[in-house]
Amino acid sequence: MSLLRVTGLTKRFGANEVLRGIDLEVRQGERIAILGASGSGKSSLLRCLNFMELPSAGSIALDGEVLGRERRPGERVYRESELTQVRQRIGMVFQQFNLFPHMTAVGNVMEGLRTVRRMPREAARLRAETELKRVGLGDKADAYPAHLSGGQKQRVAIARALAMDPEMLLFDEPTSALDPGLVGEVLGVIRDLAEEGRTMLLVTHELGFAYHVATRVIFLADGTIHESGTPDEVLKNPQKERTRAFLASHKQYSL
Amino acid sequence: MRWDFTSVFANTDALLAGAAGTLRIFAICLVLGLGLGLVVGLGRYARTKWLYLPATAFVEFFRNTPVLVQILWFYFALPILMPFEISPLAAASLGISLNSAAFSAEIYRAGIQSIDMGQWDGARALGMRWDQAMRRIVLPQAIKRMLPALTNRAIEIFKMTTLASAVAYVELLQQGKLIASLNYNPIEAYTAVAVIFLVFLWPLVQFTYVLERRLRRDE
Repeated sequence: MSLLRVTGLTKRFGANEVLRGIDLEVRQGERIAILGASGSGKSSLLRCLNFMELPSAGSIALDGEVLGRERRPGERVYRESELTQVRQRIGMVFQQFNLFPHMTAVGNVMEGLRTVRRMPREAARLRAETELKRVGLGDKADAYPAHLSGGQKQRVAIARALAMDPEMLLFDEPTSALDPGLVGEVLGVIRDLAEEGRTMLLVTHELGFAYHVATRVIFLADGTIHESGTPDEVLKNPQKERTRAFLASHKQYSL
Repeated sequence: MRWDFTSVFANTDALLAGAAGTLRIFAICLVLGLGLGLVVGLGRYARTKWLYLPATAFVEFFRNTPVLVQILWFYFALPILMPFEISPLAAASLGISLNSAAFSAEIYRAGIQSIDMGQWDGARALGMRWDQAMRRIVLPQAIKRMLPALTNRAIEIFKMTTLASAVAYVELLQQGKLIASLNYNPIEAYTAVAVIFLVFLWPLVQFTYVLERRLRRDE
């Protein structure tokens, strides 16, 4: 059964339609790389999946359960309590990390457990330390984000998402804000998570990484899924002209 | 003209009582003004018009009417409309607190708005409700940025307490007036009042300078 099923997802900001009827099914253990030029809607798609943005139309089902209720044909309304539940089940990692600067690394990772899950302090701390060790930052537990490198910040952000035991992880350009030298350590952590069999959706410009880690690649253009298939199909042997142009522009400077 | 402070020193206990009165009304107005200001400021930040409109009306009303008029209104007009008496302390506290709430509400709103939206994203992605994200993530950071402005507001509140003398509440200026009228020494009496305010406020103002420097360094 599919973990997530997206049907006819549409998102408008005012008159601007950024997503135009996306249909997408994510099965347990799938790793989907989402590619596309800027403005193609890839970030909006990701943000709709955990309802950071509310869809304008269409529906999203998690574990077979359609979220929200239909108010008018095609228009759904969502209860806040339902959305906070969903967001606990779908972890998200952001381009700009969005760590809480007034909390230490371990404080950041504990925060969801403490405030949302109401876990006792000691248990939350233990769990948070485990997650920090998993991303290789066991020794940085008491450091504030201001004293961490970009790569370390992003790994703390990943640990923060993992602490909530998400059924699925969303990565929104997790390495785009990093110095080139720090990209590798973050991709390494994501690769480890992939090898554990975690379900993930990854918006990225790292085509090589997408090729090696993803089980499926989606190319987005003008708010629609323009082309989709295995990494070999989409990245090595694209069928659509726009996909080819996009890949060519990204490979321009690679050796 | 000779300055002669003996008549002022002879009334030290009256000035002490005034200082106690000033500190009391200051404490009340500080807590009520900044506390209510946070509530109103959150209302001003809210997206639903049921919170936004009343909060905005409150801010506009109290920012655009003089505190002295409010105090006199609460003291002289309200008891005619309502079946109860109101003490000078209550009338003055109401006027000063509501006015301070209106001004500090704007400080809170601006402070909250200055926090990067990514902080909201980070909090909501963990499954936090709006109030949890506000309390745990946004406010702690915003308050730090607001501190200089809030301390300035506290200083303003301290000085505004002298308006309570208009309804004969016993505070420093009221006692100064009393001493001046009994001893015919307005120069010394009012100078003494001014100096006492200076002694209270100077350290507070220095504190805001330190605060502002430290916050600039942190940014």
